[in-house]
Amino acid sequence: MPAAAHSASEPHESRVAPGTVRRAVVVGGNRIPFARTGGAYAKSSNQDMLTAALDGLIARFGLQEERIGEVAAGAVLKHSRDFNLTREAVLGSALSPETPAYDLQQACATGLETVLGLANKIKLGQIDSAIAGGVDSASDAPIAVSEGLREVLLDLNRAKSLPERLKILARLRPKDLAPDAPNTGEPRTGLSMGEHQALTTAQWKISREAQDEIAFNSHHNLAAAYDRGFFDDLVTPYRGLSRDSNLRPDTSMDKLATLKPVFGKSLGAEATMTAGNSTPLTDGASTVLLGSEEWADARGLPKLAVVVDGEAAAVDFVHGKDGLLMAPVFAVPRLLARNGLTFEDIDFFEIHEAFAGTVLSTLAAWEDEEFGRTRLGLDGALGKIDRAKLNVNGSSLAAGHPFAATGGRIVASLAKMLHDNGPLDGRPARGLISVCAAGGQGVVAILEAYSAPEGR
Amino acid sequence: MTDKYTQFVSHGFGKDLAKKLGLPQPAVLRRYKAGEPLVPGPVLVIGSGNGKTAGSDDLAAALAGWGLDVRRSALPKEKLGAIVVVLDAVEHPDELAGPVLTAAPSLRDLAAGGRVVTVSRTSASAANPAVAAGRQGVDGLLRSLAKELRAGATANGILLGDGAGTTSPSTLGALRFFLSGRSAFVDGQFLTVGSGAGQLSADADKPLAGKVAVVTGAARGIGAAIARTLHRDGAGLVVVDIPAAGDHLADVANEVHGTALQLDITAEDAGNRIIDHAVERHGGLDILIHNAGITRDKLLANMDEGRWNSVIGVNIASQLRINEALLGAEQLRNTPRIVSVASTSGIAGNRGQTNYAASKGGVIGMVRATAPLLAERGSSINAVAPGFIETDMTARIPFATREVARRLNSLQQGGLPGDVAEAIAFLASDAAGGITGEVLRVCGQNLVGA
Ligand SMILES: NC(=O)c1ccc[n+]([C@@H]2O[C@H](COP(=O)([O-])OP(=O)(O)OC[C@H]3O[C@@H](n4cnc5c(N)ncnc54)[C@H](O)[C@@H]3O)[C@@H](O)[C@H]2O)c1
Repeated sequence: MPAAAHSASEPHESRVAPGTVRRAVVVGGNRIPFARTGGAYAKSSNQDMLTAALDGLIARFGLQEERIGEVAAGAVLKHSRDFNLTREAVLGSALSPETPAYDLQQACATGLETVLGLANKIKLGQIDSAIAGGVDSASDAPIAVSEGLREVLLDLNRAKSLPERLKILARLRPKDLAPDAPNTGEPRTGLSMGEHQALTTAQWKISREAQDEIAFNSHHNLAAAYDRGFFDDLVTPYRGLSRDSNLRPDTSMDKLATLKPVFGKSLGAEATMTAGNSTPLTDGASTVLLGSEEWADARGLPKLAVVVDGEAAAVDFVHGKDGLLMAPVFAVPRLLARNGLTFEDIDFFEIHEAFAGTVLSTLAAWEDEEFGRTRLGLDGALGKIDRAKLNVNGSSLAAGHPFAATGGRIVASLAKMLHDNGPLDGRPARGLISVCAAGGQGVVAILEAYSAPEGR
Repeated sequence: MTDKYTQFVSHGFGKDLAKKLGLPQPAVLRRYKAGEPLVPGPVLVIGSGNGKTAGSDDLAAALAGWGLDVRRSALPKEKLGAIVVVLDAVEHPDELAGPVLTAAPSLRDLAAGGRVVTVSRTSASAANPAVAAGRQGVDGLLRSLAKELRAGATANGILLGDGAGTTSPSTLGALRFFLSGRSAFVDGQFLTVGSGAGQLSADADKPLAGKVAVVTGAARGIGAAIARTLHRDGAGLVVVDIPAAGDHLADVANEVHGTALQLDITAEDAGNRIIDHAVERHGGLDILIHNAGITRDKLLANMDEGRWNSVIGVNIASQLRINEALLGAEQLRNTPRIVSVASTSGIAGNRGQTNYAASKGGVIGMVRATAPLLAERGSSINAVAPGFIETDMTARIPFATREVARRLNSLQQGGLPGDVAEAIAFLASDAAGGITGEVLRVCGQNLVGA
């Protein structure tokens, strides 16, 4: 039974000797189904959705009134009213109001980075439990006023007399009244993410068919996972949705082949990226419950997987040295080397499908001898992964991609897959997560099925 | 909430109007609230013979021990909270007159929401025709009296089997339940106490403290009310419902500080998943409430396989499979008490509900046959058969039919989900340990059925 809530002044349950590190485990997760923008969650704010995802997690694990060590989450598209988004969501949830929280933002890697940061705090003994998460709404996106209107409004606020105010208002021009909607364009290149990826896709000569196949597998794997009940303890319905609304269980290669390219059209015959093999704008939220082993044991909570390690990388896409979404290509070999692992040691690959072209360009770079030698500093190619181990329960092309919520979706699902698999070849099953992000960034991580330490 | 009609005819203009037109005047029922007295006034305890028997003396002493104001004879014009008629010594129909006619004048003095409870012996345990006649007479008497009471007062009976006496734990437990506001919508019913098993709770407001309970179909309606009531009574909770109802289920779980298990109970492994969840997260399983149920109404002539099979599958087949898993489970230190939700349709039948009534009749049969299996392990199983209860399920009934259905009982109103929950909470408690294999109707003494 969940133990009584801690009092606000009570210290941690377990002390970690300085200089030592303990394990951080994934207890489980919860997300709301992801919805295509303008759909079921058109009227839901970031705070509504994050609170709903938290409340579902609290209900699943009986965390009502519990003081969690720390909650970290974030959103990529934020309103100014979202300045303390995570803390506000905690206050609106069934958790103890004495649970601290902070916001984090690293574009699409936000969710995964919250997991890594909080896991590190648990490993160091700073906290015993944590909830990582992310949320995004492209429906309820912040609309900014134009720079002209903004200046006028600020001056108006400072003006002291009526004539002064009228004079300021007279400065307004019709064009100042047009709102500034957010876009996914890169500030330094002016190109959208899709246009950037189209260049990379063409550079690595990724075929249209190969991209459609990734999309096809994503939909079919995700649909099969839902049918199997895989998501019964990972997803809680919200606003009438109980499955991701972007999911097309009946899509076919033929249907995907009929779609017209939407990105890279200036590339002429080489344009291969369609609405079918690119993720749509999506709304949604996800959460992951993390804890020390002792914390989980004291509450009879599951220990699905261990957060082993993580790595971030960034590329110089501004000068065209690498593609915008190619940072994980560099992060993964560094992470594997640090942990003394190769692709052979990985049983599940979770490569976020921003675009099918991203996944395939990433794999192509890893399989390329010359790239391995010249760019990764290896003797040859990093290696080829077994496609049967890739995104086996679907990924973003089918589920959708509410930017900051994707990391939490992947971590919770992967942790469950690892747990369901248990040991493989006498070692715990292992999974690799790779998430690309705007700004030429990428965050990758390794999770391992939980196994009790020797002698326990 | 009490329905709008009941609210309207309970005060001022509405009350006068209903009286003049001879319309039904349902009372606002006396329901349990923590901290309120058990009964709304003194309790008159009458025994057979000259008004006193050993059984009635012991019982009166027990009630006095609860701090109740117990009377052995009525004072003129004094309002009474309850009248308990102890008929355990009746051996001939002739012996009914004494105690019954002694109690009769006091019925006028029964307070609103008052209670009449008879305590007698089961006729099945009598070999002698005269003894059986005397005992069975109580059945007709009580059911008729329940129909004569007004202002939300009810009459119910406790039947003692061979192994039980007037102060057995479950006799006292059942008496406390019938006297209290917890039995508001139970009227004209009997509960049989078969043995001296069971134990009264030390804390009458938290009778389920320390217990772990599982409630299926808990996302809404009666199931959500059961979860709230068990939580109020001190139990830790696992709430179960289909994944598609997960958002409402999460709300209920967070309200009752329990854990939510999104699970279709018709799944092959549902029993083991429930047991594993309860044991791993809560350290055990003490109470299981089979509440999840569906209706797929059609006249039998128009019935299709889908409607028939889904109702049987959810309402009874799943319960059989889950119980089997419970009986075979090795992780459980004790066998949980089980309470299953049946329906008056399963007793009296209902047009358009052949499939549903078959499933609910099935629940009653299952409960009866499972009782001996659980008795061996010191546990119990009972069913509660709700009549017309105001929920989403009954809100789908067409208006006119619904309006008639909710008035067709002695209390002239539909029950609330909480009324069913109260009966379930009582049967799930250790105080009801001597009661097993029983079906308790929570129907306001519906005109149809047994
Ligand atoms: N409402 C009444 O008047 C009335 C009368 C007699 C009996 N009952 C019985 O009471 C019980 C509750 O009824 P209610 O009125 O609250 O109904 P309801 O429809 O409001 O709630 C039933 C709940 O059971 C859940 N459920 C259905 N199938 C399930 C499955 N396969 N697995 C898990 N959960 C499932 C539903 O999702 C729902 O949340 C039922 O057994 C019903 O037959 C109700």
